[in-house]
Amino acid sequence: MDRKIAYLGLFSGAAILLGYVESLIPIFAAVPGMKLGLANLAILLVLYQYGLREAVAVQVVRILVIGFLFGNLFSIVFSMAGGMLSLLVMWILKRTGGFSLIGVSVAGGLAHNIGQICMAALVVENFQIFYYLPILMVSGVITGVLIGILSGEIRKRI
Amino acid sequence: MKKRDIILIIVVLALALAGFGLVSLSKKNGDQLQITVDGKVYGVYELDENQTIEIGSTNICQIKDGKATMIWAECRDQICVHHKPIDSLGGSIVCLPNRVFLSVLDDGKEREIDTVVS
Repeated sequence: MDRKIAYLGLFSGAAILLGYVESLIPIFAAVPGMKLGLANLAILLVLYQYGLREAVAVQVVRILVIGFLFGNLFSIVFSMAGGMLSLLVMWILKRTGGFSLIGVSVAGGLAHNIGQICMAALVVENFQIFYYLPILMVSGVITGVLIGILSGEIRKRI
Repeated sequence: MKKRDIILIIVVLALALAGFGLVSLSKKNGDQLQITVDGKVYGVYELDENQTIEIGSTNICQIKDGKATMIWAECRDQICVHHKPIDSLGGSIVCLPNRVFLSVLDDGKEREIDTVVS
């Protein structure tokens, strides 16, 4: 039990750090919402090593800490919408057993983008933001595959 | 990678492609710029007049040569300022921190017919 708490703390720390590292990479800011999703690496690993409850806990801690450190209340709301939807989708796909880490990661990335776009559409009360969706879908697939491969490799070694 | 992963990726890419198609098909040049703040319409401006518009104290938008850009924003991420100029119908620039939304509209006037081919 204590060991698990220590490991979850470690994963939360890694997720927060990855989120920060990601914010330092400017190339992906070309389209709002486009990003690497590095933090999803840690979340994906927790989901596979432990389970949904633990992954939700790490995700909430990550979003709150990152939000209070670098963002504001709005960015917390956005991240929550994307983060929770993404986690739910990844958990469902993992349970079906038909997908590898790569498929789960791709679906998670997409769900994250869709969740954030829906939240953004609600906040600015304008639905033209959905114009961003196709480009975000393509970038989500690419980063999702990369993150999936990476977490698969890491999982073999921990 | 399993077979279903590949199917998922192909389906998503196909949907994205369809989305791109829809977006580019619906592209038409607009004539007016609508500025929305906090979900309420702040003002509507003609795109064929060069002008600079201050939006509250948080953003400054410029219309030049029929295109609209955000030239200044009081926020740290500056995403809206780096956004490329908008001129086509449905084109938009969003400044989420200040909840400012620029979008190009049609003025609804009937267009004059250039030529009639029969």
